[in-house]
Amino acid sequence: METKYAITVDDLTVAYNYKPVLWDIDLAIPEGVLMAIVGPNGAGKSTLIKSILGIIKPIAGSVKIFGKPYKKQYKEVAYVPQKGSVDWDFPTTALDVVMMGTYGSLGWIKRPGQKEKKAALEALEKVGMLSFKSRQISQLSGGQQQRIFLARALVQNASIYLMDEPFQGVDATTEKAIINILKELRKAGKTLIVVHHDLQTVPEYFDWVTFLNVKKIATGPVKDIFNDGNLTKTYGINYKVSVQE
Amino acid sequence: MEITEYFNLLFTDYTLQTITLGTAVLGALCGMLGSFAVLRKQSLLGDAISHAALPGIALAFLITGSKDSNTLLIGALISGLIGTFWIRGIVKKTHLKSDTALGLILSLFFGFGMLLLTFIQKMPNANQAGLDKYLFGQAATLVSSDVWTMCIIAGLSLLILLVFWKEFKLLLFDADYTKSLGFNVKFLDILITFFIVISIVVGLQTVGVVLMSAMLLAPAAAARQWTNSLSVMVLLAAIFGAFSGVLGTAISASSNNLSTGPVIVLIAAVFVLFSFIFSPKRGLLFREIRYQSNRKDLELHKTLAFMYHIVKTHDNIDHPHAIKILNNFHGFTRKSLQKLESKEYITVNKTMWSLTEKGFDKAANLYNQQEENE
Repeated sequence: METKYAITVDDLTVAYNYKPVLWDIDLAIPEGVLMAIVGPNGAGKSTLIKSILGIIKPIAGSVKIFGKPYKKQYKEVAYVPQKGSVDWDFPTTALDVVMMGTYGSLGWIKRPGQKEKKAALEALEKVGMLSFKSRQISQLSGGQQQRIFLARALVQNASIYLMDEPFQGVDATTEKAIINILKELRKAGKTLIVVHHDLQTVPEYFDWVTFLNVKKIATGPVKDIFNDGNLTKTYGINYKVSVQE
Repeated sequence: MEITEYFNLLFTDYTLQTITLGTAVLGALCGMLGSFAVLRKQSLLGDAISHAALPGIALAFLITGSKDSNTLLIGALISGLIGTFWIRGIVKKTHLKSDTALGLILSLFFGFGMLLLTFIQKMPNANQAGLDKYLFGQAATLVSSDVWTMCIIAGLSLLILLVFWKEFKLLLFDADYTKSLGFNVKFLDILITFFIVISIVVGLQTVGVVLMSAMLLAPAAAARQWTNSLSVMVLLAAIFGAFSGVLGTAISASSNNLSTGPVIVLIAAVFVLFSFIFSPKRGLLFREIRYQSNRKDLELHKTLAFMYHIVKTHDNIDHPHAIKILNNFHGFTRKSLQKLESKEYITVNKTMWSLTEKGFDKAANLYNQQEENE
């Protein structure tokens, strides 16, 4: 049986001001994997995610979600941006931010109602933030803000989740809570792509990995390709990671 | 004319009614759209747009020869839009940052506009006077057709905001996410920018190009201090804007026709100052009070915790101890002991103190309590 791909990227090249950030990326992400994207700073990890989402327009190449362009498939994809990408002093509450996850399926003009509110409350409960629902978002800790972003993506009820550093600046408890939710989502057949920085936890958390440094270095199952050779190629230094079986 | 006289005349005088209605509507419109400019961190865009409108006014006069305000404002609108368009182009196509692009367009257009104004003043035609009112604004020159224009634009803006409320809110908070949800961010962006440009242009006659941006920013900045909800913020900004407009016009009209722009802006600045100091949650005053009272509470708790540690080593809680043993402890003063006694945490008997049951429980739960308060 042929593998079904959630996302296929063909010859993708992206540049800001003439300098390529992503160079000729080919990538096929099978459905149902929990995949880490690893690479040094400036490797283009966030750019790759944003290109898949159609936020950044590539110079060349194409991206397909379940074989169709993103514009036709946006309801299938949920996005968790970097926490630092928004102004948390914005005048709104935690529940309100999570409700934003329902806006995509509502479409233009239509307002969220009871059904959407119920979904948002459920998502808040799933990330353990229900008691903070009326909290002004600037008064949440970094870890709580990250959970709110995760809840907003959960509300979208998508098949593919793209997450940009969801573990950045969160404590060990939050990290465990988030990874448990991610693993649960994979069990439900969802595809998850996560920009990740902590190489030590890659084998424990993920089953698929992509090494990226402007070019794609390697992609495949963690147990086959997460080794010193690929790490050295990606990070440019002799990188030793103890991979626990 | 005294200011009380102004408000008395308001009920009878048609001209005053027109002017007052105009400035109120303008203030509300600017406050409403200004909230969006402020939250999008585009505060300076308004300044650039208003300055960029000046050459449009001068050119419209040179081309048509008419001083009809609606004709001149169409000129202002076109040149304001061109300015906005160029700013975006510069940011997008070059390495220049947006503050540089704004500054560049602002001075370029304003300089060109001033040049045209001086050129017009030197023309032999006697019909040219009065264009300089667009520099600092003159509310007294508002006529009912101007006010109608303002009302129509305010109504249209309100309608657009209500219809696309959800989309605008999403865009303001997280533009990338908005795009990922399949919304046309470019359309929303152009829509909101277009209405900001229009609201600036209709305000030029009243407030003038130089100070128009304050009309957008000040009410919004003041409103942000009082609320944590976007809808309330927009509503409050509209109310603050309307009041600044009306009060500013009343003062300027009642004292020898002072330029309206500066007066309105000063009134709006008073709103901002008042909000920065007195708003209960974000204001400087209450923040300082909260800070001081927290410090006092903490000192009290420190003393109580110290006492708790002493008492813990004894079998009975109310065993008396000498005040002297607190002497080399920094947190304690006569006053703090009195305060602890008034809260019934301790009893003081001459030179001795003893912890009460209540005080003991309080001290034992001090750390848990603090966590609950978090």
